[in-house]
Amino acid sequence: MPIRVGIDLVAAEAVQAALQAAHGERYLERVYTELELEDCRTAAGVDPERLAARFAAKEATLKVLPAGGGGVSLRAIEVRRDASGRVHLRLSGRAAQLAADAGLADFAISLTHEGGFAAAVVVADGRGATPAVPDTADGATT
Amino acid sequence: MNDQIRQVLSDHARLPVDVQTLDDDADLYEAGMTSHASVNVMIALEDALDLEFPDAMLKRSVFASVAAIAEAVTALRTAAIR
Repeated sequence: MPIRVGIDLVAAEAVQAALQAAHGERYLERVYTELELEDCRTAAGVDPERLAARFAAKEATLKVLPAGGGGVSLRAIEVRRDASGRVHLRLSGRAAQLAADAGLADFAISLTHEGGFAAAVVVADGRGATPAVPDTADGATT
Repeated sequence: MNDQIRQVLSDHARLPVDVQTLDDDADLYEAGMTSHASVNVMIALEDALDLEFPDAMLKRSVFASVAAIAEAVTALRTAAIR
């Protein structure tokens, strides 16, 4: 399994619209972990641009997983920020299983946001590993 | 049911075209629906149709068209009856 790269771009305005929708609370619960919400919280509330960066990270991660991460809960892909400010990925559940099956052992992530847009790049290193399960086609939407 | 699905798409898919101009089989992603919008469509559908999409259905293909969404909703309702 070679190195795989995923990228995604999300408009903060789209996240803001989701927060203001009738299902805004459920949107937060279905997509983000408690830790992510804490990292995005400001005095004015949750920051849509930071949430957008995390959503982009989740989508970028789905793109490097086998089958486009189909069947993976977005909460199974968590962006964690350490004390130095660096961000890391923590996979759980089916996301972790798909990564393991594909021999993807190491993930690196970079986030950026500017001008109302947030982007994420995820690199997964599968060199030296033998995938247990071959990749297939159907991608995830979430 | 397709009318309810189209209403949710109109409200939450953020398509650059009028959803009423799209066929049931038209690809919503090709029409401009983003992954983020598809998540909002999923949650709004759950509210509108009183159901919940399980993780196994969180696939791009499930939300790719009005027809695909209707098929998934029918499958969920059928499973709930059994």
